Amino acid sequence: MANLKELCKKEDLLTGGHRLCSGCGAGAIARQVLLAADTPVVIGSATGCLEVSTTIFPYSAWKVPFIHSAFENAGATMSGVESAYRSLLKQGKLKGDIKFITFGGDGGTYDIGLQSLSGAMERGHKMLYICYNNEAYMNTGIQRSGATPLGAHTTTAPAGKVKQGKEQNRKDLTAIMVAHEIPYVAQSVVGHWNDFISKVQKALATDGPSFINVLQPCRLGWAYKPEDTMVLGRMAVETCMWPVYEVVNGEYKLSMKPKEKKPIVEFLKPQGRFKHLFKPENKGILDAMQIEVDRKWEKLLKLCGQAS
Amino acid sequence: MVLTTNPKGKIVAKTGNEAMAEAMRQIAPDVVAAYPITPATEIVQIFSQFVADGVVPTEYVAVESEHSAMSACIGSSAAGARTMTGTSSQGLALMWEMLYIAAGLRLPIVMAVVNRALSSPINIHGDQSDTMGARDAGWIQIYSENSQEAYDNMIQGMKIAEQAKLPTMVTTDGFIISHCMEVVETMPDDMVKKFVGEYKPERALLDVKKPYTLGALDLQDYYFEHRYQLADAMNKSKQIILDVAKDFEKEFGRKYDLYEKYRMDDAEVALVIIGSAAGTSKVVVDELREKGVKAGLIKIRVFRPFPHQELAKDLANVKAVAVLDRSDSCAASTAPLYAEVTSALFTHSGGKAPKVVNYVYGLGGRDITLEHVGEVFDRLVEIKDGAKVGEILKYINLR
Repeated sequence: MANLKELCKKEDLLTGGHRLCSGCGAGAIARQVLLAADTPVVIGSATGCLEVSTTIFPYSAWKVPFIHSAFENAGATMSGVESAYRSLLKQGKLKGDIKFITFGGDGGTYDIGLQSLSGAMERGHKMLYICYNNEAYMNTGIQRSGATPLGAHTTTAPAGKVKQGKEQNRKDLTAIMVAHEIPYVAQSVVGHWNDFISKVQKALATDGPSFINVLQPCRLGWAYKPEDTMVLGRMAVETCMWPVYEVVNGEYKLSMKPKEKKPIVEFLKPQGRFKHLFKPENKGILDAMQIEVDRKWEKLLKLCGQAS
Repeated sequence: MVLTTNPKGKIVAKTGNEAMAEAMRQIAPDVVAAYPITPATEIVQIFSQFVADGVVPTEYVAVESEHSAMSACIGSSAAGARTMTGTSSQGLALMWEMLYIAAGLRLPIVMAVVNRALSSPINIHGDQSDTMGARDAGWIQIYSENSQEAYDNMIQGMKIAEQAKLPTMVTTDGFIISHCMEVVETMPDDMVKKFVGEYKPERALLDVKKPYTLGALDLQDYYFEHRYQLADAMNKSKQIILDVAKDFEKEFGRKYDLYEKYRMDDAEVALVIIGSAAGTSKVVVDELREKGVKAGLIKIRVFRPFPHQELAKDLANVKAVAVLDRSDSCAASTAPLYAEVTSALFTHSGGKAPKVVNYVYGLGGRDITLEHVGEVFDRLVEIKDGAKVGEILKYINLR
């Protein structure tokens, strides 16, 4: 468990003045990651909102070493940094413990960067890969990704006269990472800072590759009021749209179980991207979404050794 | 596989791939990240055996694609490690995006490239379409005629890259050099180590006490200057390449330049060519000289930075020149080397220029023989004696 009193004393290594949107969850994620680390870190990032908004030359919001090279290769790029570290350490050209953390959005992780991530995890580089998952290509203007949930309106799978947003379910990237049998995999969410920071600390303490898929409400792409980011993140957990759990050496553990599982409409209703689903004729889609969320939740409970 | 290592330096028989791997062993980079592809596979395969045997301290990253190979090289080099890789053809094509990024970030990565035809149709044999496609990526390009040059160029390439802060590719022709056994003189390990020296980057990501941001978003107010700096560095690297060649000659006795002039002093007809076919062509030049024909040859070693001024000066007094390209630009007019040579002559020869024709040859590994080169020279002699130039672009040994 992270201690808020102690965390408050630490230096903020991501300065203010970056150009992320008001209410953006990505900035919160980055700051919490940096607060979680107790050793020097090297940060990497795929092309995306976080990277373009924090590194507009000649400025940088990062007070730690930072590298961005391209969109689809955050895993591979950090593989190189981490390999250089091991080589120089082994040869006595370098001393000290350094942790390696790389960020990718859902586009850069679920889709275009999946191969590079998979390779990096399979090779066992000691790095933490964090997918800040806002469920669409937000940096290019809200296009559908493999992480976009069924029914969501995006600019490349829009709601129209004959189509009602995305027609497919999102893929389960966390399960794909679990299938890599790496020592630490977790899902977390913006809005539960303690859950997230604790998971980052566990991941960084892991001797091997680790992966955290953190759901990040995006006020622009999800179309809600900027002040509701944390509330929406927590609602995703309470409706089981985005359960938070960890898989340590293959063992599933639920991090939070809602006292009372809320219907998903409570999560969907405040968001403009789901607005069209509340027309009477689209009730079938809402029902299908609820059925899918229930199915996945039951499956997760079983994996975690819990009856519903 | 039997591996030959030559810690004391001697005359040995090596294929181009073995010679390049041997140079890599002696350079002993901190990191190699690579992916297999014919005909370059052997280089990194031999090198991974060096790693497995503990002969080198290198971390070998067996990545899952060439795109990731270059990405990992970028991460490693940015971290502050001496970094090398190798590839060919489709692999280089897949790296294309990252080639520009390695150059833009000014990372001194050295890459062995075994030239191979590009798909489609798929073909594994030697031509230079792959590296010609990457000619404007901001990489220094050094081409080799044989295994000896491949070995020597790799060693010089490391030093050039680090001094110029530019990534550098050293190439050989697929199979023709990469898989052909030749006599190579290798140098003692300690001499190579001393020649290449320690790598001390100005900035490194692993220097955590001096954090810096690499790969920042560069908009209208800075991008242009940064790209200019890259082009400027490429221009200035010409002197670095010459200085390193001079040092190399002093240490090891073999002389290198931006290009090789073969019997050019009084030449009236000449070829400009790159790579292994220069060897074949030199035989023809010798035969013609015996017959009294004033034939010569220029073999381009450094294609980037391209030696425009120097070449224009050396070609200005020739009467007829044929530029032989082992790639085709599909520009429906001429191929890459011809475009460079004629541009050099137009700009820098002071109005006095030879007649220049272009030949595309050897695509997909198609043979070029003494007879083919002889026919090219026959035409040049006719042009020298007043015949009309006719068609500029012709194809050698095309059915």
